[in-house]
Order: sequence, then C-alpha cells, then structure tokens
Amino acid sequence: MPGEEIDPELARRLRALHQEGGGFVRIEQIAGVIGELLERIREEHSRQEVFLYRELGGLSEYIKAIKAEIAALRPYEIQNHYLQVASDELDAIVDATEAATHAILGAAEEIEDIAGRLDDMEAVRLTEIATRVYEACTFQDITGQRIGKVVRALKVIEERVMTLVAAFGPGVEERAERGEASAGAAELLNGPQLGGDASRQDEIDALFSGNG
Amino acid sequence: MAVDRDMSVLIVDDYKTMLRILRNLLKQLGFNNVDEAVDGGSALQVLRSGASYGLVISDWNMEPMNGLQLLKEVRSDPKLRSMPFIMVTAESKSENVIAAKQAGVSNYIVKPFNAATLKAKMASVLGEF
Repeated sequence: MPGEEIDPELARRLRALHQEGGGFVRIEQIAGVIGELLERIREEHSRQEVFLYRELGGLSEYIKAIKAEIAALRPYEIQNHYLQVASDELDAIVDATEAATHAILGAAEEIEDIAGRLDDMEAVRLTEIATRVYEACTFQDITGQRIGKVVRALKVIEERVMTLVAAFGPGVEERAERGEASAGAAELLNGPQLGGDASRQDEIDALFSGNG
Repeated sequence: MAVDRDMSVLIVDDYKTMLRILRNLLKQLGFNNVDEAVDGGSALQVLRSGASYGLVISDWNMEPMNGLQLLKEVRSDPKLRSMPFIMVTAESKSENVIAAKQAGVSNYIVKPFNAATLKAKMASVLGEF
C-alpha cells in the first residue's frame, strides 16, 4: 500500500531477488518469499500461543487449588453451624442478662418501697442504695448493644463467605456439602445449652429416677 | 421559674431495662408522669397525638426510626419544635454529638450514666429543681 512501510525482511529479500535476476523477479520467487515469511509468522504466533496456554494452565491450577482450600474450610458448615451457633449464643446472653437485670431492678424497687415506710435517715440511705443498683443496671443496655454489633459483624462474615463460594462456582459448594464435621469439634461439649435445646433440672432428675 | 414536676415526660428506648431504669430514676427525682415508647416512630405518634409533654428523653440506636431522626422530626414540627429533648445514648463519638447538636438536641447524656448526671442535664434544660 502506498505510504505504508514494507516489512524490512521482505524488502531485503526482494532487493536480493531483484539483484540476482538482473532487475527481474519472477512471480514464483515472490510467492516463495511470502510463503517463508508466513511460515515464520506462524512459528512466532505458535510460540506465543504455547506460552499463553502454559500461563492459562498455571492459572487454572491455581484456581483449582483455591477452590479446594475453600471447600476444605467447609463454608456451609461455617454458615449453618458455627455462625448460627455463635449468633444464637449471643442472643441467649442478651436474653439472660435482660432477665437477670429485671430481677435485680425488681429487688431494688422493693427496697425503695420499704424505704418509703421507714424514717427519713434510713429511707434516704436505702433510696441511695436503690439508685446505685439502677445505675449499675445500665450495663445491660450497653452489653446488649455491643453484642448486637458482634451479631451484625457475624452476618457480614457469613455474607462474605457465601459470596466467595458463589464466585468460585458449584464445585466448591458440592465439595463443601460432602464435607463431614471435624472430629475435634464433635468431641467437644457445647454447654450451656440454649433454651430450646436445654433440659430442665427436673427433667434430668426424672431421667435418673427412671420416670423419664 | 420552678420546674413543674407534674409535667409529663416521654422516655424512648428499645431496651425495656433502660425504660425501667429511667422511670425509676425520674420517680426518685419527683417526676411520676412518665410515658414510654420503644422507637422513634411510636414516640412521634405519641407526641403528635396531642398529649402534652414537658420533656423527651430518647435513646439514639433504635429501629426503624432512631433517636436522631426523631429529634429532627420534632424540630421540624411547628407544634413540637420547642420541646426539650435530651439524648441518652452509648454513641459518644464527637461527630455524633455534633450531629445531635446541629439537629437541635437540648442536652446529651452518654451511657452508662448515673442519677446525678441525669439530674444535672435535666436541670440545665428545665431549670434547677
């Protein structure tokens, strides 16, 4: 094409042919040169493709290894067991401390009631004690809020784990579902139990006495 | 001017224990007309129902409407905008305090708090009692 630079190698070969032929170049000679050039280009491309193929192969192995590692982490076990248990345990802490706090507040209110029936000095003293109890009980609100933050953090971790599983495709999910619970975890006791899982002392006593 | 201890106080918190503690401390301070709400939305409903309140004491972290949103609603309502409003919250970051101040909070108490702090902040808003 006019104005475009000719390949230097092609130019050199054409010049040589031109000189050899005394100013004439046969069309077969030009075809031969172009054929050689095309072969060279094919070889060059082939080397690049092999390199690229090897790189992609390495990348594929790397992804497989990561998928295996994620599967080994048992993401569904993390989601369905550990995170769920942790969340339930934290909820149980909030419920238990709330119930205990109400019991303590009830006792402090009774102290105030009694104070109202006593002489001034004793009444003031008892009211001060009740006030200190009320002040101390504000801990429940703070711990409840802090535990709420931890529960929200667990939710975020759960979402991130599941996003990672989804990103690496069904292979990870299948292997994760086939996974068995680790022996170490199974050997541990899990007390104290949550309300739904727990037996009351009288139910346990009944089992020991043969009535259960 | 003497503080009218017969006035109604609205306390807003999603923790029942905190409502109970506030009610008891207010009772000790001589405020026996105390109503409760468990979030900003229900508090706003009570305030707009026509009942007269001399003070709102509200938590910040509540759902669906939090204490700051409640405060902004109160301050944008012509009938409620001059109502004394104390925020009682665990949110102690300066940017939160500034946000509440900019929204028009009357005073700010950080949890956990004691009875003396509650009395002092109420006195700063209502006058000595």
